[in-house]
Amino acid sequence: MAIKQFPFAPLLVIPFSQHIGKQAIPVVKAHDEVTRGQLLAKADGFMSVPIHAPASGIVKSIGLVPSIKGTLVNGLYLEPYPASTQEVLEGKPCPLNAGKDDIIAAIQNAGIAGLGGAAFPTHVKLSNPEDTRIDTLLINGIECEPYLTTDHRVMLEQTQDIFTGIRYLLNATGAKRAIIGVEANKPDAALKLKDNAPKDLTVSVEVLNVKYPQGAEKMLIKTLLNREVPTGAHSVEVGVIGINVATAAEIGRLLPHGRGIQERVITIGGEAVNHKGNYRIPIGTPLRFILDTVGVTGVLSEVFLGGPMMGQSVPSLDIPVTKGTSGVIALSQQQAAPAKHSYPCIHCGQCVQACPMLLNPSQLGLLAKKHQYEVMDKDFHLRECFECGACSFVCPSHIPLVQYFRIAKSQLKKARAA
Amino acid sequence: MSGKTLQIHSSPHVSSGASVNVIMRNVVYALMPVVLFSIYAFGLAALFTISAAVISCLLTEHGLCRWSARATTVNDWSVVITGIIYGLTLPPGLPLWMTIVGGVLAVSLGKFIFGGLGYNPFNPALVGRAFLQAAFPVAMTSWMAPFAAGRFTSLASSTLAFPLTSPTYDSLSGATPLAAMKFNHQPTGTMDLLLGMTSGSLGETCSLLIVLGGLYLIARNMMNWRIPAGIFLTVILLSSIFHFIDPGRYPNAVFMVFSGGLMLGAFFMATDMVASPITNLGCFIYGLFIGALVVIIRLWGGMPEGVMYAILFTNALSPHIDRFIQPTPFGQRRGS
Repeated sequence: MAIKQFPFAPLLVIPFSQHIGKQAIPVVKAHDEVTRGQLLAKADGFMSVPIHAPASGIVKSIGLVPSIKGTLVNGLYLEPYPASTQEVLEGKPCPLNAGKDDIIAAIQNAGIAGLGGAAFPTHVKLSNPEDTRIDTLLINGIECEPYLTTDHRVMLEQTQDIFTGIRYLLNATGAKRAIIGVEANKPDAALKLKDNAPKDLTVSVEVLNVKYPQGAEKMLIKTLLNREVPTGAHSVEVGVIGINVATAAEIGRLLPHGRGIQERVITIGGEAVNHKGNYRIPIGTPLRFILDTVGVTGVLSEVFLGGPMMGQSVPSLDIPVTKGTSGVIALSQQQAAPAKHSYPCIHCGQCVQACPMLLNPSQLGLLAKKHQYEVMDKDFHLRECFECGACSFVCPSHIPLVQYFRIAKSQLKKARAA
Repeated sequence: MSGKTLQIHSSPHVSSGASVNVIMRNVVYALMPVVLFSIYAFGLAALFTISAAVISCLLTEHGLCRWSARATTVNDWSVVITGIIYGLTLPPGLPLWMTIVGGVLAVSLGKFIFGGLGYNPFNPALVGRAFLQAAFPVAMTSWMAPFAAGRFTSLASSTLAFPLTSPTYDSLSGATPLAAMKFNHQPTGTMDLLLGMTSGSLGETCSLLIVLGGLYLIARNMMNWRIPAGIFLTVILLSSIFHFIDPGRYPNAVFMVFSGGLMLGAFFMATDMVASPITNLGCFIYGLFIGALVVIIRLWGGMPEGVMYAILFTNALSPHIDRFIQPTPFGQRRGS
């Protein structure tokens, strides 16, 4: 499903925090006229990234906008001109051979946050103490979720951008080599990458067996390099920096022109959607406009952002897609399964075998039912759970395991804060 | 299109489709060849005993659910497995009233009293059988020869014994291979053991069909193969050592594996998910324990067979194995 360009919505919703860290500070005022690519909000310090105008138009208002949590957050409404074009404001190009600090600064200025879904500011990942030794740059082409195909299409259609991005990233990290991990169900992408790999770069393409959640960075490092990131540590401790393939492609696409992110590739799917596919959608496009444009059959009952394993249900269609949105999945009344009857745990051990962090979800589930949150944390390593959902997926008793764990974590957080 | 009534679910939004009742139904399928062979070998006695076992277990669970005012749990199929396995462990000529008493106790004391499915510390079928073994030792060790003429037309008189009476047994009683070995040092041919040409409990005689059923469940990822593997490993290892020391007194490993209830126990009773450990390593260790206990009871115990007690004792050990064998979280393993 080739990537198609999406039209501009009549009104874009742009929150100032689309990344992990401090929200950006607006630099425009209401009724300002802005050009596509122009800075709308600047980074607030190091743990923050700026936000750029996804379209040329008028800033309608600055204030509160709806978010996926159901709360209102700071942001602005932008009304694109009816004749708004795809042309983008050019900035100061970042040369390929620029220094480490210049590249990292350029990546921050481009507003880049992990496009795989976590939306962690990429420049923060790249900024490490002087004595850190990075030997491998890992380009993650695993496609974190089974249903999504954005990374697949990006690998096929933006192959050159990816390699340009890798050049910047190798310079920024000081790594000697790059490895691109691709799963065996995307042989065409692996082949395209292999065929187009520049001769002067030490870059290899590794094809891996399909296994959820291999796209999780720690899992990928283990599979590819047989290095286990110790608990509580980051990948740099084992000499690796992992970057999502779409993030690498975006770096390669934006930095040569000094531009910022205005749009991203998103899989639109779900049984209710008429024209499923991959679209390059302007940041801030509301879900209602997206679903109106692709067409929906039946009465919508559930829409979630991301994939079916870790995606988040949305409370309303007024919320926009942001930098971290990799998929929009819409289900109609017929497909959204009613809550299944759940049986008692029969100790089958499927969850234990499925857990990528090697926890004991069965035991954690039994403890969660008894509200023994402290025991879950102290004796059964609850905090290691990154909520991939594999345990709930396989459970034949239909016990909402990962959902219990989320409650447990938030209860623990509350208890600690009090 | 309307977004007025959007549902909010916590991910994942999909599931593998696996379900407890599907697993349980497949165990029933896997047991079917064994049941059919049992009826073929022992005739009406098998049909009546297994039916009485299943029906008594089913009605007990249903009745107890009604009595405690909760939705019936018979549709999860687990009680059907209990009934079939319990029936298969009984001797062919057992009075039906005893079968029913054991079935009621298996489900009520073996399962329901602990909270039903998922909470039984012991395999319920074996709880019922253990009661019968203790209460009616003669009836539980009176065997019928297989393939008796007229097995499809008439029932042994013992089967229909009046409730609360102990029957006299017909003269066609035949010793099981284990008893023949233990008390008379008389071996049985491996082929006979494999194909079920011997006397014994209803479902334990034909090793071949039991293995097939087990392999089916293993292939469908509905049984942890490490349990039977652990059992066979210790049984083969230990019995080979003792056979090597004194071949006249101790049977060889092949005989040990294929005779008695070992095959049925290893594949269908020890593997009760609820009463066995949850980790793969734990399951293997649990299997090793069962195998060792089987050898000890068989070689030096007063009884020729020890599979039932070996499994029950190791069931009790299972939560403790789980306590000591916990998976080590990613990132905390040695060398990382």
